Formats: sequence, C-alpha cells, structure tokens
Amino acid sequence: MKELSLNVLDIVLNSVKAKASLVTIEILEREMLEITIADNGCGMAPEFLARVIDPFTTTRTTRKVGLGIPLFKLAAEMAGGTFRIESEEGVGTTVCATFDPRNIDCPPLGDMAGTMVTLISGYPETDFLYRRAVGEAEFSVDTRQLREIMGEIPLSSFEVTNFVREMIEENERELTRGGNE
Amino acid sequence: MKTLAELQAIREQMKNKMNIREESEAGTRIVVGMATCGIAAGARPVLTTLSEEVAKRELKDVLVTQTGCIGVCRFEPIVEVYEPGKEKVTYVHMTPEKARRIINDHIVNGQVVTEYTIGAAE
Repeated sequence: MKELSLNVLDIVLNSVKAKASLVTIEILEREMLEITIADNGCGMAPEFLARVIDPFTTTRTTRKVGLGIPLFKLAAEMAGGTFRIESEEGVGTTVCATFDPRNIDCPPLGDMAGTMVTLISGYPETDFLYRRAVGEAEFSVDTRQLREIMGEIPLSSFEVTNFVREMIEENERELTRGGNE
Repeated sequence: MKTLAELQAIREQMKNKMNIREESEAGTRIVVGMATCGIAAGARPVLTTLSEEVAKRELKDVLVTQTGCIGVCRFEPIVEVYEPGKEKVTYVHMTPEKARRIINDHIVNGQVVTEYTIGAAE
C-alpha cells in the first residue's frame, strides 16, 4: 500500500463486511500518528482473533490468503509504531495502529477524502464517523449528521460525496498548515 | 473550516431533481473490485474517476458500485461492466485514464475497448 489511507479503506471494508452499522475512524497526530478503526459489527471469536494477523487466515472464498490486517500491522511496525486488535463477538472490533511520523519508513497518510468518499458512496446505508486531529486542532465528518440534513436523498449521490471530499480536503489543509506555523 | 452549513443549500438544489433519478434504475452496472488486492493495485482512483465521469456526463441509468475480490488478483485493478441483455465485459489493469476511455467508448458509445479486456491480457 502506497499510503495509509488505503490501509484504512481496506480495514474499514472488513467492518462493513462484519455488518457494522457504525464505523468510527480516528486519525490523531501528536507525538505519534494514531489510527483507530472501531466498529459495532459481528466481532470475532477468540480463536479466529488469535489467527487474524496471520496472512493465511481469511474469510474470503476466492483464495486462501488475507493480507489486509498483516499489511497494516507491518506498516505500523516498520514505522516504529505498534499494532493492536481487539474484538468481541456480538459487540464489535477495534483496530489501532500507531506510527512514528519522524520515521523514514512512515508512509504518508494520503488521500483520506478519497477513502471516505469511496466508503460513503459504496455503503450509503452504513454510518461512518471520521475524526481527524493534528495537535489541538480537529474536525470530524459524521454521516449521521449528513443523513439528517439530506433526508431522503441518498448519501451516495455525487453532490453529497463531492461535498464530503471538498470538506475533508479543505479542513485537512487547514489542520496541517496550522501545525507548520 | 468548511462546515455542514453549505450542505443545506445543496439539498435544496437536489430536491427537485430527485424524482427523475429514482425512476431510472436497473441500467448499466460498473463494478470495481475493492478487496486488499484491488486497493493495493490502485482501484480507489479508478473508482473515483468512474464516479466522476458518470456524474459529469449525467449518465442517469449507469450505476458505479464496489465488490470484493473478483478472484484474479494479478489483473487488478479490475472493472466489470454489466449491461442488460449483453455479456459481461471484464477490464483489467485499470488506470484512471483507461477508466475515462471506457466511459467514453463503451458506456456512452457502445464500443467495447477490446485491448483493455481480460481476453486481450491473457
């Protein structure tokens, strides 16, 4: 994966597949860059959870390897960070990875607007909360709020996803500019 | 900071258009493989380009959707086109540029871009 936003997309799609109705994506940048993806999906049994970081564990039926979680874990560990996954059947799953932004092997966060738009347009019935913070400054996008405003108009409409893209891009620029000053 | 205030205005603009859109379903489906293999190979910008082109050209009966692993990961990013009454067309090793051409040649003008299909790649 070239950028962390692609890992995030990949991991959140696991939450969607686990029938989550709400997925919270937090990307907090202070000393470390901390990415947390928490869902209220079906969760995993302890036996499966124990095997889930193994590339030869997967739920897919087209072949026998699953690289999403191993790749995310590897990216974190290569960048001087940590990886943690917790899950409870019937409650949900939380994946948390940290990265040292000063580490040469830390990939860029990349296009989070693209990731959120891909999720909202593909799964307009699922709720996503994206929270992004750099230092003390932060913003969030919550599809539950978007839904309230848009009423009967599906969130997958191009006008809505385009708004979300612009909002994330503009606010991200403001956050990172603030950090450099 | 951009806030949700602007979204209210977008909603008002869209309200009138909605009725027309809801009736025009069940046309062409464009499906992008979005599993780990597809994402790592560059499927996200391909999907974005397809959605943008469909919106820009106001192709009302065309739906862009996502699926999991299609099963031939070495050909990712993969895009499948389903048109009613026609055989499925599978495009492989997609890029945003190729995606634009597929919308123009195949979806709009009905000409399958044979050189990008899985048959040509194999």
